[in-house]
Amino acid sequence: MNASVLKGGFANAPVDAAHAFRAAMTVMARPGVIEEVAGAVPPAPMSIAAGVLLLTLCDPETPIALCGAHDCADVRAWIAFHIGAPIVAAGKAMFVLGTWEAVQPLDAYAVGTPEYPDRSATLIVEMDALAPEGAVLRGPGIKDVAALSLPDLAPFQRNALLFPLGLDFFFCAGSRLAALPRTTRVEAV
Amino acid sequence: MAVEMTRRDWMSVLAKSPAARLSELWQSLEMAPDYTWLRAPEIGATMVRGRTGATGAPFNLGEMTVTRCSLQLASGEVGHGYVQGRDKDKARIAALVDALMQGAQAEALCRAVVEPLRAEKAAAQEARGAKAAATKVDFFTMVRGEDA
Repeated sequence: MNASVLKGGFANAPVDAAHAFRAAMTVMARPGVIEEVAGAVPPAPMSIAAGVLLLTLCDPETPIALCGAHDCADVRAWIAFHIGAPIVAAGKAMFVLGTWEAVQPLDAYAVGTPEYPDRSATLIVEMDALAPEGAVLRGPGIKDVAALSLPDLAPFQRNALLFPLGLDFFFCAGSRLAALPRTTRVEAV
Repeated sequence: MAVEMTRRDWMSVLAKSPAARLSELWQSLEMAPDYTWLRAPEIGATMVRGRTGATGAPFNLGEMTVTRCSLQLASGEVGHGYVQGRDKDKARIAALVDALMQGAQAEALCRAVVEPLRAEKAAAQEARGAKAAATKVDFFTMVRGEDA
């Protein structure tokens, strides 16, 4: 096995994972907020933030779907060594990793059931850049309005209509992390 | 002399050896190679499976504590330590030995650490076997002739 894929895990797992979990909770609870995370050095094309999220949120009981360029041998080996999560098809995944183009179509993923709305997929979307500008966000966790440079509008508006079912999104750009839960209403500027 | 052990063999010896003895043998070598952690030592449990009568249907015997770690030497070899018990230092030494066994020092290391541990393990097993064998009882039934 290529030894480089064995590198890049948390140096001090309990502490690093706690910081990362705090950041993941903050961005999910306050849509539009962008946090910096650190600690993971995953193989290309994964970003640092995506690596940190997977190390923090995934374990052998959370199936992951890899989309597009992220479905490569290095990423699979890195996930196998550091996380141990099974790599599965889109419909069975709890976490989905890929660029916005690669994760389409969104109706391939589990949105939960009325009895168990939590049995839905969380999408980790790799972006080139993240900025607090662009689409206008309203909803729980946002005092008046927030803004986030989303890759699209209509899919997020349809997703919000499914509430309490639906998908949740994390957006990663380098070491920067933002999120969009299913409760947030998205509008154009 | 080439080392006539497979990686599987020495991993097995290291995993089952007593922590104190492994540490003693390792320190007698006075080696302190540079290494970086790939996975810091962590303690977990693994399910031990058995087979009824050693060949029958598999069943879960129970869980046992395991400590594992992975490291990379400055020279590039990757060593994994999976050992019985909760001793993180034992896992570290096992991983170091595993990494060094893949390099040029394999022969010296084999003679100083792995072979003694294997011999002690084999001797202990033999002693226990001999003790058990001494209590073996052969039953037989006398033919009394009722059926004749």
